[in-house]
Amino acid sequence: MTVTLLAFARMRELLGFSQRAFTLAEGATIASLWDAVAAGSPGVRALRAATRVARNGELVNDAASVAHGDEIAFLPPVSGG
Amino acid sequence: MFAISQAPIDTLGLIAAVRTAQCGAVIAFLGVVRQSADDGRPVEGLTYEAYPAMAIAEMEAIGREVRERFDPCAIAIVHRVGTLRIGEASVGIAVAAPHRGAAFDACEYAIDELKVRVEVWKKEHYSDGGDRWLENVPRP
Repeated sequence: MTVTLLAFARMRELLGFSQRAFTLAEGATIASLWDAVAAGSPGVRALRAATRVARNGELVNDAASVAHGDEIAFLPPVSGG
Repeated sequence: MFAISQAPIDTLGLIAAVRTAQCGAVIAFLGVVRQSADDGRPVEGLTYEAYPAMAIAEMEAIGREVRERFDPCAIAIVHRVGTLRIGEASVGIAVAAPHRGAAFDACEYAIDELKVRVEVWKKEHYSDGGDRWLENVPRP
């Protein structure tokens, strides 16, 4: 299955993309996506603990499942205003 | 009205969006780009980005909370994205209420919550050429 990952702010810069499609095995979770994404990047792993994750606009935890077509977003600490 | 805007914030439009004949008080708050960072470092400007779908949903949630807690007539929130120079408004909030106490309280609640909840990020660009993504912390 394929999901779309959106990344913002410092996470976007660390990953080098604002949006990218990822192909995951059936049964994959948010944690699987993190593992796939953070593999080569110590910076991403360091920011992971402070990063919230949304699935189709709703916050979810690492154990949440993902489905084909989902839009996943990595949201580092916000700084609006 | 709850919006993420590429264009400069229309302050008068924001105020007009909340004015009604029932409300005797209208409060408008602007967050404006300052010339120096919290540590005093000179700032050239700020770049803002947002996840618009979630940011607007969260602003709407804050608007619902404001209506439940303060009984205002109306609230409008607009957050700017893109590159902003010193003096430009990054966020605008307008609240109308029957009397000023509720309007002030509602406006303060809305900006405090926005800063720690809404999916918007800013990067400070310093005069010496450096830059940094900021992280908001709740007001003590």
